[in-house]
Amino acid sequence: MSGGSVSNPTLRRLLHHRLFMLGCVLFGIVLVVAALAPVIAPVDPNKLAMRFKFRPPSQEFIFGTDNFGRSLWSRVIWGAQLSMIIGASVVVINAIAGTAIGAAAGYFARLDNMLMRVNDALMAFPAVLLAIAVTAVLGPSVNDVIIALAIVYTPRTARIVRSSVIVLREMEYVQAARAAGAGHWRILRRHILPNAMAPLIVQLSFLFAYAVLTEATLSFLGVGAVPPTPTWGNIMAEGRQYMTDAPWIITIPGAALMITVLGLNLLGDGLRDVLDPRLRVQQ
Amino acid sequence: MAGILMRRLTGALPILLIVSLLTFGLIHMIPGDPAVAIAGMSATPEQIANIRHNLGLDEPLLTQLVRWYANLLQGELGTSLLLGQPVLHVVAVRLPVTLALSAYALVLTLLIGLISGILAALRQNTWIDQVAMVFAMLGISLPNFYLGLLMIILFAVDLRWLPTGGYVPLTSDPLGWLATSTMPAISLALLLAGLLARITRSTMLEVLRQDYIRTARAKGLPERRVVLKHALANAMIPITTVVGIIVSLLLSGSVVTETLFSIPGIGQLLTQAVLNRDYPMVQGGLLMTTALLVLVNIGVDVCYALLDPRVRYERG
Repeated sequence: MSGGSVSNPTLRRLLHHRLFMLGCVLFGIVLVVAALAPVIAPVDPNKLAMRFKFRPPSQEFIFGTDNFGRSLWSRVIWGAQLSMIIGASVVVINAIAGTAIGAAAGYFARLDNMLMRVNDALMAFPAVLLAIAVTAVLGPSVNDVIIALAIVYTPRTARIVRSSVIVLREMEYVQAARAAGAGHWRILRRHILPNAMAPLIVQLSFLFAYAVLTEATLSFLGVGAVPPTPTWGNIMAEGRQYMTDAPWIITIPGAALMITVLGLNLLGDGLRDVLDPRLRVQQ
Repeated sequence: MAGILMRRLTGALPILLIVSLLTFGLIHMIPGDPAVAIAGMSATPEQIANIRHNLGLDEPLLTQLVRWYANLLQGELGTSLLLGQPVLHVVAVRLPVTLALSAYALVLTLLIGLISGILAALRQNTWIDQVAMVFAMLGISLPNFYLGLLMIILFAVDLRWLPTGGYVPLTSDPLGWLATSTMPAISLALLLAGLLARITRSTMLEVLRQDYIRTARAKGLPERRVVLKHALANAMIPITTVVGIIVSLLLSGSVVTETLFSIPGIGQLLTQAVLNRDYPMVQGGLLMTTALLVLVNIGVDVCYALLDPRVRYERG
């Protein structure tokens, strides 16, 4: 097992990984913009101004306006905030649930079969199909989308944690801890999980990208957060009708989505190269 | 070989069982009364009672479950609330549309992904490698519906080379099918080609470093033969396993691609079903697509065994 806790040499290698740093910059910009939304986009993203509709990007309207004259600058930036909230929530739920399920399955052989069969079955569904089916059941709100995405992606995280735990469980130092009388909880918490973190962190950075992407897909399809909630997918879905005359309604939120996903992918690649050499795409 | 197939099929049974159980449970996950949710706010109590009765929701859960499996075994997936037709029939009509598009996209994925991955590995650290990997990275970061929209704006609206959407069946007009399917297939394939190119490159690099490749070169075999016969044959083994994942991603991707390009496949069908709360359709479509995917993965496993004698002898 490789990785372990982030030490200084690891940090140094990350700082020297150019693509990782590029990913950090791209994702960092999106994060900062999302956090500062009330400051840099003070105009209400849902404020209608029909007399300004379909204005192309200009000094007055940086990203132009849409069919209702709403400021696309405000909508895209508040959309960034929503994307980040959804992505981060899915990642947090995934980290907790995925670790709990994966650790239980990997550590307690008796639970393994049952947990992993359900896990495999959930993974057998095509991701977006399962996500839209779950939102069909739960309803179209931001919270329900987060739950749907967590249901779709947690099994993937659980599988990764499980495979790390299975390897670590048999390690001599774990056997030694067991022989010394440490309980299951202590062994998992102190000896196994900290060493299973590297692949999990890599997975979570890619997961953030999937979550943002799938959320955008769901709202583009009309099964995500209900309009006029300014999600990138919603903005693009509304802009679809006007793509001949006002292509910026689509291209700008799409570019924002792409920058976010690209940043996270680069970040994930870098983390994988440094933290989890087994999976490295060779340089 | 038959042994491997049988073992994989029996291994898939518990998964299919749980998949069907989860699909059955879907309708019961609806908060509150499913019948009310389906009928809508303005429905009369009679209408709600009617829906409840038609879907069997007025019976005990266990009875519903037994009926669900009894019907499944007879190929009975219920009736679409929206279309009034048997779910199985609707899926059977729509599935070939999705499969044809997915097959087209899969061919593009394999062509672009394998060739660029192999070239990048053979020309490691040259501009070819860098360009291929930059495109692969952009490919996996470009949402397929965004790529689709950009292509519509460029090729359909501005240049007028291709139609903006619509569908012509492959059997009635192959050229028309090609015209309507090319943009959707590219928008589906680019992401997956990026994924495949990255995996192909790293696998090839690993294989090219092996001793037997050095031996093959040392004994004077032409490079083309070394690459195609010695390296690629072994690199294909791990690459094959990725195809199962690619097919899953294709089916996932088809949901949005079909909606975007107005292609009447299973993805568009399910999206419409979800928007119209047509739960029998959602359940049936989801179940059949997933079952299909499980079968595809079994096929991939069998191919894996065909390609790798070690797998065949170990387990077969």
